[in-house]
Amino acid sequence: MEIKDLIIDDRQKGIFRVHRSSMTSTDLFQREQEQIFSRCWIYLGHESEVENPGDYRRRTVAGRPLFFARGRDGQVRVFLNSCPHRGALICRRDEGNADVLQCFYHAWSFNTNGELIGVPDEEAYGPNFDRSELGLKEPPRVESYRGFHFVCFSPAAEDLVTYLAGAREYLDLIVDQSEAGMRVVRGSNKYTMKANWKLLVENSLDGYHLVPTHQTYLDYITSLGADDSGQTVANRIVGKAKALGNGHCVIESPVRSGRPIAHWHPLFGEEAKEPIAEVRQRLVDKFGEERAFRMADTSRNLIIYPNLVINDIMAITVRHFEPIAPDDMEVTAWHLVPREEPAAMLETRLDSFLTFLGPGGFATPDDVEALESCQIGFRATETEWSDISRGMLRPARSTDELQMRGFWRQWHANMQGLSKTNVQDAPVEEMEPELALATDD
Amino acid sequence: MTTASKPTLREQVEDFLFREAALLDDWRLDEWVDLFTEDGRYVVPTTDLPDGDPKRDLVFIDDDITRLRARAVRLNSRHAHREYPWSRTRRFVSNVRVQESGNGELAVSSNVLVYRFRAGEGAPYVGSIDYILRRNDTGFQIKYRRAVLDLESLSWHGAVSIIF
Repeated sequence: MEIKDLIIDDRQKGIFRVHRSSMTSTDLFQREQEQIFSRCWIYLGHESEVENPGDYRRRTVAGRPLFFARGRDGQVRVFLNSCPHRGALICRRDEGNADVLQCFYHAWSFNTNGELIGVPDEEAYGPNFDRSELGLKEPPRVESYRGFHFVCFSPAAEDLVTYLAGAREYLDLIVDQSEAGMRVVRGSNKYTMKANWKLLVENSLDGYHLVPTHQTYLDYITSLGADDSGQTVANRIVGKAKALGNGHCVIESPVRSGRPIAHWHPLFGEEAKEPIAEVRQRLVDKFGEERAFRMADTSRNLIIYPNLVINDIMAITVRHFEPIAPDDMEVTAWHLVPREEPAAMLETRLDSFLTFLGPGGFATPDDVEALESCQIGFRATETEWSDISRGMLRPARSTDELQMRGFWRQWHANMQGLSKTNVQDAPVEEMEPELALATDD
Repeated sequence: MTTASKPTLREQVEDFLFREAALLDDWRLDEWVDLFTEDGRYVVPTTDLPDGDPKRDLVFIDDDITRLRARAVRLNSRHAHREYPWSRTRRFVSNVRVQESGNGELAVSSNVLVYRFRAGEGAPYVGSIDYILRRNDTGFQIKYRRAVLDLESLSWHGAVSIIF
């Protein structure tokens, strides 16, 4: 099958289908590595993970071993984790603090600016041996936006802010919730799914699966009195879905229960009422009622194409996934919190995170099961197509699938060697500008 | 003929831990939850931060008795999809050490290996479980149960979907 035929996208009839070989083929997997992961901006890490000079973190990004470090000058730099001498890993711990990183193989040493500062028996090399040419190599492009650091392996790529397109505003909506800036708390969720990475993109922005897949979670929060929305499958508050350009997409919904940022709920306790009201007032004063409403009273699930998900829901999770094989990915999820939040509110946030999110929570294990189940189902190759056409002929709701189509359209364009595409559905009647309360069918 | 001697403290604790392991392997989760005190807690730190503190750090699991009961309800239902149909597990508990910590409480540590089999796959969870046990009339109750995984990530199982 030719790449152009992998997706059926009939915007008039409202039919959108993805050929399942896109999630099983090793050839297409290899092509993704070249056309997407070696060309797009890929998330690396958050500035707060290297708070102090000398702090470093090791990561695998787009298949490459990397590490990033804060130099003595306060600058964050990113390095390919491979000795320029003969290739061994320079950074062999996941995190730490160092002035000097020494390769264990032949003891070449480097400072946190990446400069080669020590070579044993250097006199054995000829006069043309130039230390300055043998520093640690950096990815071709490294940029950050409001604390989120990205790398790109294509020297000619557009700058990060242009690349982020409409997703930039959503990052602002999250970062602006804090006066003092966001930080990643210690501890991360590292888990593997034996499923194609694009299934996790779909799943991370899938409002439709919430009720059927996560019934045990909904039962639990209902039993606590946390979900006071009175929602059922037939009567459910839904929000909007948007394609933000360049494959980035979002669903945005009115909050179901409490949000630690400025949407109080009885579950948080009476003592939290006053501080939360103060935070909400600060947001209104600073950003106006409309924007404060979005920050405090709506939740959002955001995909930054291709493989970063930020869910600003009952807690803020930053989820990055590395494709390993067509049927294998490594997931890392972090928890982002406002720096200034008092200890009691942080506890509430951590608690909210654990209940739903994470591989020990009441929901994520069932997502793992769903995705692995799909991947096994794909072995029935006679069922060739997956259907992603929900809501294609109406203003897209958060329980529709526009956000997945936006992702897939960009994927399809990239796989054909195109960088830009129209990720939107065909124009439909304008929805109300504010989030509408709608009855889902 | 040998005379039955009174079991040592460690043997008593081991008997308790073996019974706990059997309840979990037999999926008798309501009875397992009943082993906990009303102020009991079950914590599983993340694989990258074994000393994680649930008050400040991200952990996998931090259940008080309310959430622990809800976890049992969930796992007993047909809607905990990762565990329905149930996985088969077999637990091995060893290297049990016991310290009296006064006021009727015991600090216990153990090594634990849980093999889990499901959907054609099998893999172990390996780690240590530390307890604070409280004595009662019939034996012991669990006040605190901290299960620390030695795994570097959840690469085999994708989740902590059973009780570790």
